[in-house]
Amino acid sequence: MEIGERFREQGGRREDLLKPNMGIVGRLGGAVFGFTVDTMAVAELEARKLQHDPTEVLTRAVQPALWLLIFGEVLAQIRAIPTGKIPYIDFMTPGILAQSVLFISIFYGIAVIWERDLGILHKMLASPAPRAALVLGKAFSASERGLSQALIIYLLAILIGVHIDWNPISVLGVLIVVILGSALFSTFSLIIACIVRTRERFLGIGQLMTMPLFFASNAIYPISIMPAWLQRVSNLNPLTYQVDALRALMITGGVSANGLLVDIAALLGAIVALVLIAAKLYPRVV
Amino acid sequence: MTTLQTKVLETPKQEAKVILETRGLTKRFGPLTAVDDFNIQISPGEVFGLVGPNGAGKTTVIKMVTTLLSPTSGNAWVAGYDVARQSANVRRVIGYVPQLLSADGSLTAYENLLIFAKLYHLPRRERAKRIREALAVMGLSDVADKMVHDYSGGMIRKLEIAESMLHRPKVLFLDEPTIGLDPIARTAVWDHVRQLRADYGTTILLTTHYMEEADTLCDRVAIMHLGKLAALGSPKDLKASVGPDATLDDVFVHYSGYEVDAIGNWREVSRTRRTARRLA
Repeated sequence: MEIGERFREQGGRREDLLKPNMGIVGRLGGAVFGFTVDTMAVAELEARKLQHDPTEVLTRAVQPALWLLIFGEVLAQIRAIPTGKIPYIDFMTPGILAQSVLFISIFYGIAVIWERDLGILHKMLASPAPRAALVLGKAFSASERGLSQALIIYLLAILIGVHIDWNPISVLGVLIVVILGSALFSTFSLIIACIVRTRERFLGIGQLMTMPLFFASNAIYPISIMPAWLQRVSNLNPLTYQVDALRALMITGGVSANGLLVDIAALLGAIVALVLIAAKLYPRVV
Repeated sequence: MTTLQTKVLETPKQEAKVILETRGLTKRFGPLTAVDDFNIQISPGEVFGLVGPNGAGKTTVIKMVTTLLSPTSGNAWVAGYDVARQSANVRRVIGYVPQLLSADGSLTAYENLLIFAKLYHLPRRERAKRIREALAVMGLSDVADKMVHDYSGGMIRKLEIAESMLHRPKVLFLDEPTIGLDPIARTAVWDHVRQLRADYGTTILLTTHYMEEADTLCDRVAIMHLGKLAALGSPKDLKASVGPDATLDDVFVHYSGYEVDAIGNWREVSRTRRTARRLA
């Protein structure tokens, strides 16, 4: 029997077939390629779902609209918050984008509990895809929803006359930061889901987390006006780095307090750490 | 109460290769021993049934041999791979249809198959071919682009089985494949299980609590009771061991000491009914 045929018969995969002729670099390349295929397959599942039923994306537009149109407009009137040379509403818009990305991602873990209550998760876990690829695929699934929020906030921002930086590189930067932010918080959410394991408990904890994360950040006011202890908390909050990067990229005259590189590095570092933890915990949800 | 001693009526022939084996397989959840020193050997191409009342440990056995749960003690091998230490290899050679609904209702049948074909790294050309073939075999070609939430229970099960066969697994695990299905859909699923074995020589391990299903489908049946193997043999031998004119139901009652009021709790009943409702 031909070697290829025999491998296929034994349930082997393409990469296995190639292995004997490959050096360590080739094998590593094969593993990375396989990992990417698995991650993208999980993310594609979500994309196809959103395509079939985009209603959730639209209902999610209500909350940021309220924040920008009501909270934002009112606070802009009283000029109580020092935002340098940029108008308050401009200052706040990247913060509201980060907030809606946070809200959409922090509850993403519930989707996993739901898939567990069905049998979809069991089937995924019984497939040869590495756990970390399944987790990262879920993270990017949340990013797809995050991107839909970016679109909505851009539209709202145009409507209320925010001075948007339309430089294509800046817009691309915003989208990348949104992808990173949603991946980060959805993976955090997944970890919580793996620990609490029921929808009821998850909802309680989700509610408990969102507001502190949001208020202990630079989303709607600068860190400089916070009391010292809150500044320290805020500097440990990943949302702060996301907002900081978005503020530099999204609006004209916006500057990053930490430097863009620091922001991106902080987000990436947190994602890697969280994905590794989640991959360890993922089988527990069964 | 009948004896809980293991009755092994037929040991697999020594010369036959073993594709799945458990040795002293045990799983404890706190004080509860869900599976207790469970030993079976399954030959390639066999259709093997695990039967027992709810809570007997059937699903826990399946979860351990599919690497979803790690055994507390003992071990299991699938196609020669150790489920604890070589779980990635095991996952590559098995197909699994969970008891719970596992097709995604918010996608079409084609999309469900496509995502799994990708997860199993089927080459692009092979992918299209196998998906088409799987849909044809299961009689779902005409409804491939319909959303799965519009499917009937029987169609969903067929889709799930098709999905689990895309990568041509050596061993297929079917956990309660016909739960909640009407008699006609049930017969259709049986036909497909037989067809899979005939076409691909797939070894099939299924759990069921329908004796009729075990009787018509399985070469050998293991009866489980309170996590233990209570009896093992072909349906014919098992019936003969209980008495003339015995049905497999009698065998079941005889070996499992089944008492209607003692079995199942609220959680199990609610889960089973939920599954049944989704599939109905």
